[in-house]
Amino acid sequence: MKTQSFRLENVGLINRNKKLSFKFNGKFYYGYEGDTLASALIANGVHLVGRSFKYHRPRGFFGAGVDEPYAIVQLYRNGETEPNIKATEQELFEGLEATSVNCWPSVNFDIGAINNFLKIFLPAGFYYKTFMWPKSFWFKVYEPFIRKAAGLGVASIKHDKERYEHKYEYCDLLIAGSGPSGLASAYAAAKNGAKVILAEDKSRFGGTLLTSEVNIGNKSGKDWAEGIINELREMPNVTVKNRSQVFGYYDHNMLVMSERISDHLPETKKFHPKQRLWYIRAKEVLISSGSIERPIVFGNNDTPGVMLSSAAKEYLKVYGVLVGRNPLIFTNNDSGYETAIEFKKNGVEPIILDTRKNPQSEIVDEAKNLGINIKFSHVVVAAQGYKKVKSADIASISDDKEQLGNIKNIKCDCICVSGFWTPTIHLASQSGNKTKFNEDIDAFVPGTSKQNEKTLGAANGVYTLDETLKSSFNTGYELSKQITNNDNKVSFPNVVEKKSSVHDKFWCVPLPKGKNYKRFLDFQNDVAVSDIEIALKEGYRSIEHVKRYTTLGMATDQGKTSNLNGLQLVSKIENKVVPNVGHTTFRPPYTPVSIGAIVGREIGKHSKPTRKSPMHLWHEKNNAVFVDAGVWLRPRYYKRGNENLFEGSKREAKNVRKNVGVCDVTTLGKIDIKGPDAAELLNRVYTNSWLKLPVGKARYGVMLREDGIVMDDGTTTRISENHYHMTTTTAQAANVLSHLEYYLQLVWPELNVNVVSTTEQWAGAAIAGPKSRDLLQKLFPNSDLSNEGLPFMGYTEGDLFGVKARIFRISFSGELAYEVNVESDNGNFMWEKVMEVGQEFKIQPYGTEALSTLRIEMGHVAGSELDGRTIPYDNSLEGLLSKKKDFIGKRSLSRKAFMAEDRQKVVGVVPLDKKTSIPEGSHLVKDSNAPLPNPKLGYISASCWSVEHDNPFSLAILKDGKKMIGEKLFVMSPLKNKIIPVEIVSSHYVDPKGERVRS
Amino acid sequence: MLYIKCPHCGWRSQNEFSYGGDATVKRPELGKEVTDQEWDNFVYNRKSLKGKHWELWQHLSGCRQWIKVERDTATHEIFNTLKASEEIS
Repeated sequence: MKTQSFRLENVGLINRNKKLSFKFNGKFYYGYEGDTLASALIANGVHLVGRSFKYHRPRGFFGAGVDEPYAIVQLYRNGETEPNIKATEQELFEGLEATSVNCWPSVNFDIGAINNFLKIFLPAGFYYKTFMWPKSFWFKVYEPFIRKAAGLGVASIKHDKERYEHKYEYCDLLIAGSGPSGLASAYAAAKNGAKVILAEDKSRFGGTLLTSEVNIGNKSGKDWAEGIINELREMPNVTVKNRSQVFGYYDHNMLVMSERISDHLPETKKFHPKQRLWYIRAKEVLISSGSIERPIVFGNNDTPGVMLSSAAKEYLKVYGVLVGRNPLIFTNNDSGYETAIEFKKNGVEPIILDTRKNPQSEIVDEAKNLGINIKFSHVVVAAQGYKKVKSADIASISDDKEQLGNIKNIKCDCICVSGFWTPTIHLASQSGNKTKFNEDIDAFVPGTSKQNEKTLGAANGVYTLDETLKSSFNTGYELSKQITNNDNKVSFPNVVEKKSSVHDKFWCVPLPKGKNYKRFLDFQNDVAVSDIEIALKEGYRSIEHVKRYTTLGMATDQGKTSNLNGLQLVSKIENKVVPNVGHTTFRPPYTPVSIGAIVGREIGKHSKPTRKSPMHLWHEKNNAVFVDAGVWLRPRYYKRGNENLFEGSKREAKNVRKNVGVCDVTTLGKIDIKGPDAAELLNRVYTNSWLKLPVGKARYGVMLREDGIVMDDGTTTRISENHYHMTTTTAQAANVLSHLEYYLQLVWPELNVNVVSTTEQWAGAAIAGPKSRDLLQKLFPNSDLSNEGLPFMGYTEGDLFGVKARIFRISFSGELAYEVNVESDNGNFMWEKVMEVGQEFKIQPYGTEALSTLRIEMGHVAGSELDGRTIPYDNSLEGLLSKKKDFIGKRSLSRKAFMAEDRQKVVGVVPLDKKTSIPEGSHLVKDSNAPLPNPKLGYISASCWSVEHDNPFSLAILKDGKKMIGEKLFVMSPLKNKIIPVEIVSSHYVDPKGERVRS
Repeated sequence: MLYIKCPHCGWRSQNEFSYGGDATVKRPELGKEVTDQEWDNFVYNRKSLKGKHWELWQHLSGCRQWIKVERDTATHEIFNTLKASEEIS
C-alpha cells in the first residue's frame, strides 16, 4: 500500500522535511511534523477510528478540532497511557501510538455493534426504563454490563510521573482565540500599552485566516496573521500562548486556561511540566472563540466519511490532505462552496447539493465559473455504506422543504456538510451573560455583558471579515485606552473578501416514505431525532429534562455540534420558537481537562504542608514511627528491635509511670496574649475564673462555642503582669486564634489586648514520671524546683546550660510532670540535654500512643471526647463552670436538653474478661441480643491498654453515665464483628484523687 | 474565585480569606438576661437571604483582620467592604 496516498503535494502548512512514523491499532503509518493524528490517518486513507457509545456504529472523523465528537482514542506516550484524546487535537510526534476505544475485539469487528440491530430496544431513557427492575439485578447483572459497555477508554492505574503546574497571572486584557478578531483586538490593545494575554487552543495562530481566501492589507489572511503574531511576540507587554485553551470563566473575571506544553512531544523535556493550568484575573476579557459549523441532519448522517465541510477544507488547506476523491458537498449556505472550490483547485471534482433554490453571490458565481456540478434545491436523504460512505441517496426538495422528489443514488466517498455556523458562546455564557437568539443566524449570541467581557467576531455572530476586524480593532483600542490612558491608535488595514448571500434556514431532511433511517443529532451519545420525539411524547418539556432523559449534548464534546439542532427539533415539535425553548446551561470546562492539570503539584506529600518539630531529626535517628497529627508529623512510638506499636507504646507508658519519659509537645498550639485587658479576655473566653490568677501560675481552662459545645481546652500561664501564654490542642490551634481575633475585633473592640500565634516559636518537651523532678533539678541546678519552690501549676524561668527556658509544672499524663519550652532554634539542644542527663533516671522518649494511654487511664478528656458534640457536663468538666460571671456559650448551657438529668457523661469501660481490647467507635448496648435496631446507650471514644492495671481500658460517652457506674453492658462492633461484655467504671482509672501530680 | 477588596490590604483573591457568616448579628451583652428566643436568634436563626447580604470574612492568610463584605449571594457581586470597626450603614 502506498503510504499517505491522500496527501496532496505542495499544499498545506506541514513540514514535509520531517517524516514521522506512528502506530494506530497496531499498524504502522507515516505522517509529517505539523500533522494531527487525524490528518495523518486521513492522509493514509484511514476513516474508521472507533465505535459509537450506544449502538457501536462505526465512527470516523467529523471535525478537525475541539468540536470532534467521534475520533476519541486511547493514547500511548512514553510508557504512559491516556484516554479520551481527540485525534483531531493530538499533534503527531515520532513514535506516537494510539488505539480505538469502545470496541471489542477490534474496531473492524465489534461485538457491541449488535446493539445497532437491537436499537429498537434501546430508545431514549433506556437506562432508566430497563435497569430499574428487578432491583437485585442492578448490582449483579446490569451494573457490570454497563461498566464494560460504557466509557471512552481506560484510565491508567499507574502513578503519573509527569509534572503539572499551576500559575497565577494578572493582565489588562485576556483574549481567548487568535482568529481575526483575537489578533486585531490584541494588536490594537498591545500597541496602546495594555498588558495582554492572547490564548490559542491550536498549535497554529490565525484561526479561520489559515483557511480562508481573503486579503488584509495587501497580504493573504495567513501572512497577515503571521506578521501580527510575530510582532506581538516581540512586545514585552504581551504574552502569546498557543496550545492553550481558556476553558472556564469564573467569578470576578477569573478565567482558567490549560496549556498543553508537552503533549505534542514524544516525551516531556527535563524540568518541563506536561501541562500548566493558568488562573488569570483579567481586567477585561475579549472572547474571540469563533464559531463551529453546524451539521444538517439526514439519514445515516453518522457514517464515516460524513463530516463538516469546514473540516474538509482545513484538512486540505492546513494539512494538504484530501478527505475523499469523490466528494459530495451538502450545504444550505455559501461556506460549502469554499470547500468545493478548494477541491476543484486541487484536481478533485466535487458535486454541490444546495438546499437553496437560486442563491446569488460572488462565491456561487465563482463555483459556477469553475464548472463545478451544482444541484440547487437538492438534499442528501441518506448516506449509504457501513464503515465508510460509498454513495448517497439524493433528491430534490420542494420549496416548502416538506416534499422530496425522486430518490437517486450517486457515488461518493465523503459527504461534506454545512448547515451554517454556531457561535461559540460558552465562555460568555459561563460569565453569567444571558444569551439572546439571533434570527438571522438561527443561533444564540451573547447578550448584555455581565462581567467585564465582550464577545467579538464570529463568536458574536458577525460573519464578515471587514466588520469583524473593524469592531475588534476598535474594542482593543477603546478598552486599552480606559486602562492605560494611552492614545496610540493603529491604522486599519484594507480588507478584500467575497460577499456571501443569506443561508437557508434548513436543518433536517425529512424521512422518505417507508424509510426509517437513523438521523443523528448527538454523534457522541448516539441521540437520534426519534429519541427526542419519544422524550417529548412521554411528556418531557423542559429542554433541561429532555437533555438528561435522552443524554443529548451530555457527552464529552458537550454538544458542540448537536445542541442547536436538538433545539430546532424540540421547537418544531412543540411548535415554539427556539428562544422560547432556551438552551441548556454551559458549564466549564469547555473541553475536557486532565485531572493532573487540575491537581497540579498538590499530590502525594505535597497535598498538604508537612510541619516538623525542631527535634524531628533526632526522632528519625532514634527509630521513631511517625503519625500524621493534623499537618504535623509526630513520633507515634520509638521502635526497639522487632517491637510493634502495642508493645512499644506499652513499654514507653510504663516507663513514664515508673521512671521518667520525655515527649515532644512542640505541636501544641501556643498563643501569646498581651495587654492590660488580657485577664478580662481570658475571663470571657474560658468558663472558669481568671481575674485572680497570680503572676507565675498556670491554670487549666475550657472554652466553649456560643452554642455551649466545648471548643478546646488547655492551660494558660501568667508570665508577667499583662502577659499570658495560652496553649491549645494541636488540632484547634488555628481555630482558637481566629476565635480570639473575632471577639477582639468585632465583639469587644474596647478590650486592649493583642494575640499572636507563637506555636512555631517555642519547642516543647513534656517531662513526666516520678523521677521528673530529680531530672529537672539536674537540668536547672540554679532553680528551686522543690514542691514548695515550684508547686503544681507553677511557672518559672530557668537557665538550661546557657539557654533560656520556660518551665511549667503541668501534667497531661497524670504523673508528676513538667513542660519545658525553649526557643525553637534551641529545641534540639534541649532535647539532647534532657536525654543525656536523663540517662541515670532511665529516661525514655515516648510517642503519641503512650501519651494517649497515659491520659486515657487517667480519665483526662482530649480530642476524641471534645469532638464538637459534647458540653462540659458530658466531659465531667462542669466543675469549671463559673456561676459568678458570664462567658462565651454560658447562656446555651441552660437549654433544656443540656440540663437533662439523664444526660450523657464520660465513663470508664473495662472488659469483664480483662483481656479483650475494645474497638474505638463501638456502641454500648444493654442487651446484645435485642432486636435491631438495638438501642444505643453510648459509644467508645478512646481505648488503650492500661499499663497501671495491665488490662484493656476505654473511655466512653454514655447516656446517664453518672448512674451507670458498676453496670454491666455490652460493647458491640459490627464492623469488627465483636460483642464484648463490659463493666462501667469511673473514668479516673488511675490515681482518682490526683495525688501524683501534686507530689 | 471571588476578588475581595480587603480594607487594609487591597484587592486579594478569595483563597486568602475564610468565611464568617452574617455580619449583622449582634451578640447580646455579657451578663445581660436574654430570653430563649433572643438567644436562639443570636446563635442559630439566620435568614439565608437571596440577594444583598452583609457577611464577615477573615483575611486569614493576610492581615488576619475580620472584615465586613456586602455580597449578592446569588450572583457573588461584591458591593462594598468595611473594616471590623466600621458600622454598616
